[in-house]
Amino acid sequence: MAAVPVACTQDRAPAPPTLAESRVRAAWLFLAPLVVLMVLVAGWPLCRTLWFSLTDADLKDLGAARFVGLDNYTGEFGVLRDPDWWRAVGNTLLFAGVSVAIETLLGLVVALVLDADFPGRSVVRAAVLVPWAIPTVVSAKMWAWMLNDQFGVINHVLMTTHLISQPLAWVADPSLALGSVIAVDVWKATPFMALLILAALQMLPTDCYEAARVDGIHPVTVFVRVTLPLIRPALMVAVIFRALDALRVFDLVYVLTSNSRDTMSMSIYARQQLVDFQQVGLGSAAATVLFGTVALCTALAITLGRVRLEGAAG
Amino acid sequence: MAWNAACGTAFAALLTIAGVAATSRPAQADTVSIACGAVGQELDVCRKLSDAWARNTGNSVNVVSTPNSTTERLALYQQLLAAGSPDIDVFEIDVIWPGILGSHFIDLAPYTKGAEKDAFPAILENNTRDGKLVAMPIYTDAGLLYYRKDLLERYGEAVPATWEALTTTARKIQDGERRAGQAGLWGIVFQAKAYEGLTCDALEWIASYGGGTVVAPDGKITIDNPRAAQALDMAAGWMKDLAPQGVLNYSEEETRGVFQSGHAVFMRNWPYAWPLSQSEGSPVKGKVGVTVLPAGPAPDGRHAAALGGWQFAVSRYSKHQALAADLVVFMTSKASARQWALQGGYFPAIPALYQDPELLAANPFFKDLLPAFTSAVARPSTATGGKYNQVSDAFWNAVSDTLTGKATAKDSLASLQARLNRLSRGGRW
Amino acid sequence: MRRVLPRLGLYGLASLIVLYSVFPFYYAIVSSLKTGQQLFDPGLIPPQIQFDNYAAVLGQGVFLLDLFNSVVVAVVVVAVSLGVGVTAAYALGRVRFRGRKLLLLSVLGVSMFPQVAVLSGLFELIRALGLYNSLPGLMLAYLIFTLPFTVWVLTTFMRELPKELEEAAIMDGATPWVIVRRVFLPLLWPALVTTGLLAFIGAWNEFLYALTFTLSPEQRTVPVAIALLSGASQHELPWGPIMAASVVVTVPVVALVLVFQRRIVSGLTAGAVKG
Repeated sequence: MAAVPVACTQDRAPAPPTLAESRVRAAWLFLAPLVVLMVLVAGWPLCRTLWFSLTDADLKDLGAARFVGLDNYTGEFGVLRDPDWWRAVGNTLLFAGVSVAIETLLGLVVALVLDADFPGRSVVRAAVLVPWAIPTVVSAKMWAWMLNDQFGVINHVLMTTHLISQPLAWVADPSLALGSVIAVDVWKATPFMALLILAALQMLPTDCYEAARVDGIHPVTVFVRVTLPLIRPALMVAVIFRALDALRVFDLVYVLTSNSRDTMSMSIYARQQLVDFQQVGLGSAAATVLFGTVALCTALAITLGRVRLEGAAG
Repeated sequence: MAWNAACGTAFAALLTIAGVAATSRPAQADTVSIACGAVGQELDVCRKLSDAWARNTGNSVNVVSTPNSTTERLALYQQLLAAGSPDIDVFEIDVIWPGILGSHFIDLAPYTKGAEKDAFPAILENNTRDGKLVAMPIYTDAGLLYYRKDLLERYGEAVPATWEALTTTARKIQDGERRAGQAGLWGIVFQAKAYEGLTCDALEWIASYGGGTVVAPDGKITIDNPRAAQALDMAAGWMKDLAPQGVLNYSEEETRGVFQSGHAVFMRNWPYAWPLSQSEGSPVKGKVGVTVLPAGPAPDGRHAAALGGWQFAVSRYSKHQALAADLVVFMTSKASARQWALQGGYFPAIPALYQDPELLAANPFFKDLLPAFTSAVARPSTATGGKYNQVSDAFWNAVSDTLTGKATAKDSLASLQARLNRLSRGGRW
Repeated sequence: MRRVLPRLGLYGLASLIVLYSVFPFYYAIVSSLKTGQQLFDPGLIPPQIQFDNYAAVLGQGVFLLDLFNSVVVAVVVVAVSLGVGVTAAYALGRVRFRGRKLLLLSVLGVSMFPQVAVLSGLFELIRALGLYNSLPGLMLAYLIFTLPFTVWVLTTFMRELPKELEEAAIMDGATPWVIVRRVFLPLLWPALVTTGLLAFIGAWNEFLYALTFTLSPEQRTVPVAIALLSGASQHELPWGPIMAASVVVTVPVVALVLVFQRRIVSGLTAGAVKG
């Protein structure tokens, strides 16, 4: 690591303390629009969900909701006592863990390829973004059709290349369904990862590499010891936002496998209670527990990934 | 044709703009907003009929198109109705929604002058909730059996009248054709995805075996009975060798895909598949027959088809309910039902129309299918009210467990019974 | 040879990535050329070159209007998110003050509720503000998912920029506003373009809010328009038109990427750091 020049280290001290006060004032001024907008847009919907989770609200007549305390959470019919809920939690954690892990690895590979200089790079970059650019409502249906056992193109290709001898029921077979959903999610979300990692790579100061190359260090070593630590903050943010989405996965699972309990996610459970079953109280409780689960996972990621929230270390 | 559609759209756009302008001035309350189906035939007919009403009465109509997917449409309606929104006056609702949404709709009986009595009794009963007529039927739908005429003839088999006969015939033809090199041929396809369609299919099997309708009209839970288990065992038997494993994730279109490509002997589907199977380019054109679904074994066996179809209801948050109700009465009248049938091929909800010579000339098979509609079985959506979707979800999951072999029919029905008992707090709903 | 092999490997990898990403899109194009029964035929080669489905989709005048609506909504949402995001990111990433951690976590917390749970509350809010069935209503609703994302990503990138730059500017007596605009903004281009692009796609593709908060065809966005496409009857899937519409919808986004290419590539140069 001795070869790494000063500019690459993470020691970035804040501005001189004399200016601190006016800077803080300016900072709050800068933050005002964000705070106002967030409170305006998110304040009411979130408070409302929290409140309804403590009532027996029913979509038939929301005005008649009565306060029932924690009944929706721990009561006889509460979310936490429903085996279906716990199954949805298990499915979601498995789905999110596996798909985010694969997406991160693949995203890194794709970003590194896009970072290299070669003719036709711009075409590749546009091509990579295509999966993310197709509306999920459409791409999920498209995959459902492609994965069809009798007239889907996936089985067609695999059969004609003799990779399989019998058509597989990708989304109907309980042992394949979750895997298929993960595969489609990886296809869809890898561009998101790749693009954010690419931005981080592009913003790296080039002198680190120059120095390392002069020293004749193996590229893989450079990647692991220089690049990876430097892009880690951006990588972690990408992972966190991807995980937030994956833990709340809805459309993809819903279109591919509907309400099947084998693949039901937490969001589908919440939606089923809120919309299909009209139990706004119970559904809000499920949404709140979902929030808690996601918050827990995020806290874990922030701690384990040593994500800095305080900014400069020095 | 394209020109026509473009014209229609432009006209609708004008209407909507006019509608928005009008609703912003409360004094001039003569625009009725009606939520029809998505674009397509249904919307076209809806538009033509409502335009006619507008011309007759001097009012204007704003046609709002809604998503094609039933679940998305229900979610949208619930959002609008729960917020007490007056933006839509007339809602087009599925046959199972009177129980779920009924409390948001007005009683139409004072406006209909008894016209609802013309409809099939099962539909009338379905649309009546707590003595209130919450919706008027536009057209009806029922599960049908599609079969390959050519294959049945080749193997000298009659059109099966019972499920037993269907199973035997399907196996015979499937084996024979596969030996002859048709490796991709299946005996039967149906809808078994974890969704409302599976509830329809399974209800047909169970009702035809004399196993009841999950929940009786009086609210009593009846699903745990030997005939119901027998019916499910029969379907689970198909899963071993007569149906592809993929049916566990099939909805209507996937089923039609297999059948219409010539890869299945029998198919359970709605009437919509008929004109498509006869369309230009269909590999099975002219080789398809359609009939009522088979009956269960004697002595309790009967023909049973799940009741489908769509109705119009008037929101109680509407600012001009009487006008909206008048529009509904017009759009669901006998004359309008004829138009739905003639222009869109929709099955009238009025039995008398199945004798109508002009209709029969246009759709000769209407007459043959009348038994399917008279034998139609309503899903228990009225008895279970707002809890219907929960019942249906529990039901299709229990059926799914049986089809995948996770549980025997007997066990899954017993636990379903327990679950429904808990859900209804002892059948009180 | 030692030089050629890695090159070949790179090209191989790049082609693999392109194939994997684009194959389903290629299949969508093939499907968009199919009609009727061909929907059930898994062939990889277009059966014929005819644009009936495209004509059908574009022929209904409202689709183009919906496309325009989507552009307007996405552009405004991205502009607001980036504008608010950059200033907030400067405050959160470069200035030390009490409550910073809490604020960052609260912003993230907003993204932790499932969309369907927030839906009803937003619906009421938008009606109360009189924005129901209008594009501004949608724009407001979309900020709920674009803002947390932009703020977090930009804060992270902002924090990583070297302190020397800012110190030099402060020495020159520059105000925070000038520092953000003159010093950081040029360096942040890759991050800005990337987050802007991702936020754009997010707003472009959003379906649930767009469906619920708009009612008339003139106010709808493209994903809703696609969901409203249907066959002649209830259960029939109008596959050809849906695929044609999807292709039409994806093209602008790809064009956008091609336009902003250079901005993603040009990042921090060695000279800038020392500046």
